[in-house]
Amino acid sequence: MTERTLRGAAALVGVHDAASPTGVLDDHGRALEARMIKAALDDAGLTLADVDGVTCAGAPAGLAEYLGIHPRYFDGTQVGGSSFELHVEHAAAAIAAGLCEVVIGVYAATPRGNRARASGGFGPGRGGPPGGMGANPGVEWELPYGLRTPMGAYALAASRHMYEYGTTSEQLAQIAVDTRRWAALNPNARFQDPITIDDVLESPMQASPLHLLDCCLVTDGAGAFVMTSAERARDLAKPPVYVLGAASAGDHSMISQMPDLTTTAGAISGPAAFAMAGVTPDDVDLLMGYDSFTITALLHLEDLGFCAKGEGGAFVEDGKLGPGGSLPMNTNGGGLSYTHPGMYGMFLIVEAVRQLRGECGERQLDDPEIAVAHGSGGLLSTMGTLVLGTEATL
Amino acid sequence: MKLFEPPQSEHGTPFWDATREERLVIPYSVGTGTPFWYPREVAPDTLEPAVEWREASGEGTVYAVSVQHKTGPGRDPADGPYAVALVDLPEGVRIMSNVVGCDPESVAPGMAVRVTWHPLSDGRNIPMFTPAGEEEPS
Repeated sequence: MTERTLRGAAALVGVHDAASPTGVLDDHGRALEARMIKAALDDAGLTLADVDGVTCAGAPAGLAEYLGIHPRYFDGTQVGGSSFELHVEHAAAAIAAGLCEVVIGVYAATPRGNRARASGGFGPGRGGPPGGMGANPGVEWELPYGLRTPMGAYALAASRHMYEYGTTSEQLAQIAVDTRRWAALNPNARFQDPITIDDVLESPMQASPLHLLDCCLVTDGAGAFVMTSAERARDLAKPPVYVLGAASAGDHSMISQMPDLTTTAGAISGPAAFAMAGVTPDDVDLLMGYDSFTITALLHLEDLGFCAKGEGGAFVEDGKLGPGGSLPMNTNGGGLSYTHPGMYGMFLIVEAVRQLRGECGERQLDDPEIAVAHGSGGLLSTMGTLVLGTEATL
Repeated sequence: MKLFEPPQSEHGTPFWDATREERLVIPYSVGTGTPFWYPREVAPDTLEPAVEWREASGEGTVYAVSVQHKTGPGRDPADGPYAVALVDLPEGVRIMSNVVGCDPESVAPGMAVRVTWHPLSDGRNIPMFTPAGEEEPS
């Protein structure tokens, strides 16, 4: 039987991102995307002329046209915040199969700046009235009940997790506290002042059981990555970060259709990515786990196998996710405290690459070799898991 | 209570027509006899347009709940916090709804509920739930 694996076939060779303590970026739109791409290519020691593959969460042809390039590989997969993990997965496969050699991925969103420009937050459609009857079944069967989106869906998951496993608001709050401790070490983080569990519990209830400080930020932010084959990666500017394992899985779109609100499809994508990489959760030096809400991160810990199902609350209680802990998570300060422009998955990748290269300054981990970037898209809907490693892990 | 009045799709029309008589019906796949939610043009297990509608018992159990302390889409802040729940029907489907007629903070997973009806402006009613064994809200 032929062994088919992507392990080590492709590498992330350039990354860049932008965020600000003000929450606002000066650029927006294509100009911001182009700035991210230029910086990521510079980081890799490549130019636009090297690029033959384009990915973004939307319509990649327009992006390619704006950049003035004629790619032979396109991926416009749009599954929400985990889109970028899927872009890396797909690009690794495409590079391994010889469809293309140098792939760029990019994301930029400026919901705060857009308000100032009076062009309206996340743009048309988001949370607004239906664009066309029947186009989205949620309009007919869920919207009338007034669930806040997206946080209400995550609140329902937290409700069920608490009911089944006794998880507490204090335990969820610990995730926000530890993430903020990391943010204090990132000068670009939106919020850097320490918080306590009481601060979280006393922040306004948004959609029970989630408080304001259980919820991610709304900020401007942007980022980009560059990937190429393992062979070509070794000749570039920075140490390659190899894709050791990659997998995605999903099981619903509307929250009422999620089979079990306490178990995400990360229970499929996580083990699949680990198996491809040939590693276990014990081998992971850094978890970049999508933290749109505290409950989101807690579910990842269980579904990826860092602890047993239902034990996430007890697992995080000792502060092991924070600086100096045994499982560093979201060292950039996460979606909870660093930046969250709507689809956060790009920033998981950028931080994982920087940590594995040793570029993270005050928050740098001690020679990490394996990082996991685990994205969650939609309403806990579509999961994308990447296991990334340094040269030493090949 | 102000709410976003749902559109009525063609394939959802049997559901909405039944609500005019305060009857809760759910779609079943004719091929397999399996209930499904939400209503679709085709049954999701056979992909055939053979769908039949059967009346549900009106009973349910709260699977998960979130009280909206900040007003969600279509709602009026003056109406105050309200409970949005996923409700398991004994027929075998899970639907989103509101649990009304009680303190929203008292709604919890595992709670037994039964259907109650909230009128829409066009004569349809939208199903909501209330704790089983309690008076319907006036």
